[in-house]
Amino acid sequence: MRPGRVVGAALLAVLALGPVLPMGGMRQYVLHVLIQIFVWSFIGGAWSLMGRFGLVSLGHGAFLGLGAYTVTLLWNAYGLTPWLGGVVAAALTSVLALVVAYPCSRFQVVGHYFALVTLAVGEVVRLLIIAERNWTGGSLGLSLRASPHDSVLAMQFADKRVFYYASLVLWLAGLWIWYRVDRSMARAAMEAIGEDETAAASVGIHVTRFKMGITMLSASLTAVGGVAYAQYITYVNPDTLAGIGVSLRIVFAVVLGGMYSLLGPTVGTALTIALGEYLRVVFGLRLIGMAETIYGLLLILFIIFLPAGIYGSLRDVVAGLARPARLASGLR
Amino acid sequence: MLELRGVTAGYGHFTALWDVTLRVEAGEAVAVVGPNGSGKTTLMRVISGLVAARTGELVFEGNSLAGRKAHEVVRHGIAHVPEGRRIFPRLSVGDNLRMGAFQPRARQAFAESRARVYDLFPVLRERERQPAGSLSGGEQQMLALGRALMSRPKLILLDEPSMGLAPVLVLRLFELIRRVREEGYTILVVEQNVRQVLKLVDRAYLLEVGRIRMEGRAAALSEQDFVRKAYVGL
Amino acid sequence: MIDPIFLLEAAVNGILLSGVLALLALGLNLIFGVVDIVWIAYVDLVMVCMYLVYFLVMIYGWPLWLAGLASVALGALLGLGVHLLIITPILGSAPVNQLLATGGLLFFLQSFATFLWTTDHRTVRLALPILEVGGMFLSFVRLIAFAISLLAMIGLWVFLRRTYIGTAIRAVSQDREAMALMGADPQRVYLVTSAVGGAMAGVAGALLIIQYSVHPFFGAAFGPLTFMICVLGGLGNMVGAFVASVVMSEIISIGGVVISTEMGYVIAFVVFIVMMFVRPGGLLVRRG
Ligand SMILES: Nc1ncnc2c1ncn2[C@@H]1O[C@H](COP(=O)(O)OP(=O)(O)O)[C@@H](O)[C@H]1O
Ligand SMILES: [Mg+2]
Repeated sequence: MRPGRVVGAALLAVLALGPVLPMGGMRQYVLHVLIQIFVWSFIGGAWSLMGRFGLVSLGHGAFLGLGAYTVTLLWNAYGLTPWLGGVVAAALTSVLALVVAYPCSRFQVVGHYFALVTLAVGEVVRLLIIAERNWTGGSLGLSLRASPHDSVLAMQFADKRVFYYASLVLWLAGLWIWYRVDRSMARAAMEAIGEDETAAASVGIHVTRFKMGITMLSASLTAVGGVAYAQYITYVNPDTLAGIGVSLRIVFAVVLGGMYSLLGPTVGTALTIALGEYLRVVFGLRLIGMAETIYGLLLILFIIFLPAGIYGSLRDVVAGLARPARLASGLR
Repeated sequence: MLELRGVTAGYGHFTALWDVTLRVEAGEAVAVVGPNGSGKTTLMRVISGLVAARTGELVFEGNSLAGRKAHEVVRHGIAHVPEGRRIFPRLSVGDNLRMGAFQPRARQAFAESRARVYDLFPVLRERERQPAGSLSGGEQQMLALGRALMSRPKLILLDEPSMGLAPVLVLRLFELIRRVREEGYTILVVEQNVRQVLKLVDRAYLLEVGRIRMEGRAAALSEQDFVRKAYVGL
Repeated sequence: MIDPIFLLEAAVNGILLSGVLALLALGLNLIFGVVDIVWIAYVDLVMVCMYLVYFLVMIYGWPLWLAGLASVALGALLGLGVHLLIITPILGSAPVNQLLATGGLLFFLQSFATFLWTTDHRTVRLALPILEVGGMFLSFVRLIAFAISLLAMIGLWVFLRRTYIGTAIRAVSQDREAMALMGADPQRVYLVTSAVGGAMAGVAGALLIIQYSVHPFFGAAFGPLTFMICVLGGLGNMVGAFVASVVMSEIISIGGVVISTEMGYVIAFVVFIVMMFVRPGGLLVRRG
């Protein structure tokens, strides 16, 4: 086995045992943070499916919010189980993605313009949620109707450990999908498209089909992430789940980690969440705004000084250290 | 006047020029010919500072150009008329010429330079207020040349001036370049139109896959031989 | 049925709003066109300038016109600062990184404003009359703000058309490399552009604080709209920016009266998305 695999297996074992490790009074809090990391890493991974091919979306908040609100509204109004609600949410989001992606691809809206179009889509969804305040709760948000007792059908559990394992599985599933896309034909095609669309089309790559496919996949996975988040937090709000703020946060985390590697989105998400939590704990209710100020400042510094992302830069460093070692062993 | 010794340059991991050595004397006209993709444009860009040379020396009138940015190179008296003309399409012809005289020394002599350019290319005077993008291909090439002259250069780099022009216009353009030359400018020209350009210049270099393959006086070089060589690989 | 006079009033208010939006879109457009980077935090700079005018006028008792000039100066300084500190190091980076660096600035400015000035809404109230014209109520303040934004736009136009450096800025936006061959140091042109763009934000800030209240999230409310108008106007097209601004302001203003404020914005954004498909070069430019 390669050393990478050993480390991976060990890490996975620790994560699987996470909830039973002794953590004193911190257990609930640690689990809470880890769940957030898993869910947002999954969402970041979904974003990077598009981002790495040059489709920089600033509107993933739209997909996230659509997923979260759909499942919450269906449960609150009709008592539809989130399992089915989630399917409906993913389907709806795919349709939205299709409606956006098809013309974008057809009319070659790329680069900055693609980012701005998706940003507009994110704003539209956020504003629609606020405008339809009669049944969405508007900017005050909406609580998930509590089920009287733990229920698999309602996807509601009092014990955080259930959510912990569920989100761990979700995260692993996200990694698996990422890996499959990375190894597929689609990747070669998408990379060619990202480089030069006209050239890709000229060698027979169906540009529109690939772009739509990857966008729909990315969007529906994001919606699933929104469903998971809504079920866990049991409260949805247009400003935290839709709009430009959350979209930017997703992109930040991914770019910070490095969007071209399997674990990049996870590293970036873990770091931004840990940082956010740390600042929140340090400042508490004092100096309101200070935590976010430092967060913003650090983001700027990271982007300037680690343009390849943390994971990417780290790997470069490790490769740099490993190379002389390998040379030495080769000489022996 | 201009001397390149052992210049190597490229893009990223790709090397487009290998160990290029080349000389242009004051008052000379020199051509660089070679098939598509042989590195001619890269050579011009290295001289004008748009691409940094990795190794080698670039000396212009005794000053090293190594590490100079494009906007500094112009001040030394080198004007680069880039491939595809690259005029400012939404600026008027007059404003294009004004921009040509951007550097301070040239700006002082603006009126005089413009009068000279208009004498050389009267059509530009007629079109002074039109957007440059509305000119015909030949007129745009004249504008690009005129704009370069506005910087009061000593050496003019011309990258494929005849590109995209109808054959009749090509002949006229070469005639104009000849007149520019007679005004005392030194010229380094890159061309695919080997037959024409050899009539214009004193010496020529043949570039192939990033290396200088041949060098000689234009008159002495057998035209047929040169044409054949230049188009190997086309 | 809505009284037609309300619609007319909304339409007039839409036009009045369009002035300052056009100004902002032009400032952003200038920077985007020349430096090729979208300043996601552009309207957050406006927010900072609004606070400046608020404090100078309400706390320190400066006359409004002087505070307005200070706002323009601050805007220009902020523009220079953003370019030197944030943009210059990432000029060669991937477009995502460029978006994110100014996005980080957005987070920073929003939260720092929250930290310094809390989330209270603040306004500079002017004792100027409300005019009644044919049954419509029009704010004199807005009329003045509109007039000044028109003047600022004309000023920008003259700067870009009639001055040497202004022409150079337009030239760089058309062909950066060719302009370097003319002897222009791109970095210096960028700096001038960023200062001018920042100054536009300063003008807009002074004009906005007398009409709307400022709070740390002001940029979030006006930012997306500004990007859309900027793009709809078409790069480097001043008339286009104005037309786009009028169209978007009218949709928002009339939509706000007929349906609801949010739906007004929704319709405006949908129009933007659709226009991106049919007129990607801007409202006034045919696809081609
Ligand atoms: N910006 C660039 N990035 C990467 N490779 C380039 C770039 N420009 C040119 N090249 C490569 O450098 C080589 C020389 O190109 P060029 O100098 O344009 O040749 P020529 O002008 O003789 O046609 C070609 O193989 C071309 O593909
Ligand atoms: Mg060439």
